[in-house]
Amino acid sequence: MSDPLLHIKDMHVHYGAIHAIHGIDLKVYEGEIVTILGSNGAGKTTTLHSVSGLIPISSGEILFDGKPIQSLPAHKIVSNGIAQSPEGRMVFPDLSIKENLEMGAFLRKDNKGIKEDLEYMYSLFPILKERSKQLAGTLSGGEQQMLAIARAFMAAPKLLLLDEPSLGIAPILVQAIFDAIVEINKKRKMTILLVEQNAYAALKIANRGYVLMTGEISMSGEAKELITNEEIKKAYLGH
Amino acid sequence: MDENLTFFFYDLVTYLLNGLTQGSIYALIALGYTMVYGIIKLINFAHGEFYMIGAFIGYFSITSGMPFLIALPLAMFGAGIIAVIVEKIVYRPIRHAGRIPALITALGTSLFFQYFGQQTIGADPKAFPQAIAVKTYQFGEIYISNIQLIIFGSTFLLMVFLWWLVGHTKIGKAMRATSFDKNAAELMGINTDRIISFTFFVGSAFAGAAGVLVGLYYNTVEPMMGLIPGLKAFVAAVLGGIGIIPGAVLGGLVLGVAENLVVGFWVSTYRDAIAFGILIIILLFKPAGLLGVNRKEKV
Ligand SMILES: Nc1ncnc2c1ncn2[C@@H]1O[C@H](COP(=O)(O)OP(=O)(O)OP(=O)(O)O)[C@@H](O)[C@H]1O
Ligand SMILES: [Mg+2]
Repeated sequence: MSDPLLHIKDMHVHYGAIHAIHGIDLKVYEGEIVTILGSNGAGKTTTLHSVSGLIPISSGEILFDGKPIQSLPAHKIVSNGIAQSPEGRMVFPDLSIKENLEMGAFLRKDNKGIKEDLEYMYSLFPILKERSKQLAGTLSGGEQQMLAIARAFMAAPKLLLLDEPSLGIAPILVQAIFDAIVEINKKRKMTILLVEQNAYAALKIANRGYVLMTGEISMSGEAKELITNEEIKKAYLGH
Repeated sequence: MDENLTFFFYDLVTYLLNGLTQGSIYALIALGYTMVYGIIKLINFAHGEFYMIGAFIGYFSITSGMPFLIALPLAMFGAGIIAVIVEKIVYRPIRHAGRIPALITALGTSLFFQYFGQQTIGADPKAFPQAIAVKTYQFGEIYISNIQLIIFGSTFLLMVFLWWLVGHTKIGKAMRATSFDKNAAELMGINTDRIISFTFFVGSAFAGAAGVLVGLYYNTVEPMMGLIPGLKAFVAAVLGGIGIIPGAVLGGLVLGVAENLVVGFWVSTYRDAIAFGILIIILLFKPAGLLGVNRKEKV
């Protein structure tokens, strides 16, 4: 296989005295959907925030397209081609849906491409089109989640990071959101790193998966193998 | 009409006009207070000093022969740039140190400019040159000067500009995004440090404009001149709802009018007490301010 698009090498992250990530290695290849599973506090969000440059890493390396990015400020990482839909969605409540989506495309200058992507997101999530003038703060949790994903997509990144897109969302919407993720991956060839606690839904659409446990990778492999793995079934699939 | 009533009416309108003039100045200063608070949750007690700096840049420009129409933008630019430098070397390094250290730093910055001004320019008030000849217009017993009209006009134009900037431009949307959450804004590719600098620039440029306008209106400038208007603009910002841009305008106007009504109809020595009376009342009964709502968060 060619070089990975994202390569995390022996990464350690601390919050003050708390050692949150204990030297993890993780690779994402172009075109893949890779999922990071793990229970509360395992370090999934920390990992994504480190990649996005929101949290400094204490040691190790993060290579994107072969270049180290671990010392870049967060906004520079977006311009390098990594966008994130953060945990808790963090949509801008006082901006309209359309304005939120425009913020996603903040660094882009290709107005035509922006417009096309906007229409594409509206077709994928029709509710966003219906409500495009409405303030994002007035949307339901599920709608905000769609907006957060669409907003990250609007950056036209090479790598899309999604932090728990199914968190607190009705099962019917979860299905719609996961379908959209697959569609973005297939149609737009966008590489996706998906953090989830909903292990079954995530493994069903992913190529590969990593299991994070208290800051360490306890297991990794092909998604179709992990989904039948007894330990994973016990711990995360509720069987 | 009853003669007493007629005089009362003339007085009332005169006080209202004076109040709106004073209130426009408070509003211009309060806007910067509220914008800076909105974006980094800092009560910038040095904000009144940018008003003073603007007034002095105006003073020196006009004394050296520049026309008012050049002195005003120059003062705005100068006050804005100095604020950007202060943010960068003073506030930015302590941005994550907590609110109390930030507050103390702001107070220190305020004192620094006041005493630096006294050391270098002198503590004595300077006569602000009459860059524009005063004309007074009379309607019955109501008087209004061209300077007041200039103050209304400039304030109005600046507010329209700000409304357009914050509401309808990309950088304005980035300001609103940054004020909601710096991390979320960074995830959009927004350089939030730059947005914060820009916010300081605009807010302080407005204070600088207020300084020049006040020089023109009251004809004196001195290094301590930012202290009381700064505090009152703070009250105006809290009154309208701190962090809310239209609130700063409303708070400034209400405060200016309230002061002039009390001074006109009652006792002039109460002028400065009114602002702080209003502050206490608002903090007791509606701490979110006139336009403030208790935002409900979706979890
Ligand atoms: N700002 C912080 N300060 C201190 N400790 C933190 C901070 N953020 C996270 N941690 C700690 O780091 C560890 C990893 O947290 P993280 O948020 O990455 O977990 P997670 O896998 O995303 O969990 P969840 O599924 O609940 O979102 C936890 O022990 C958490 O308490
Ligand atoms: Mg998390």
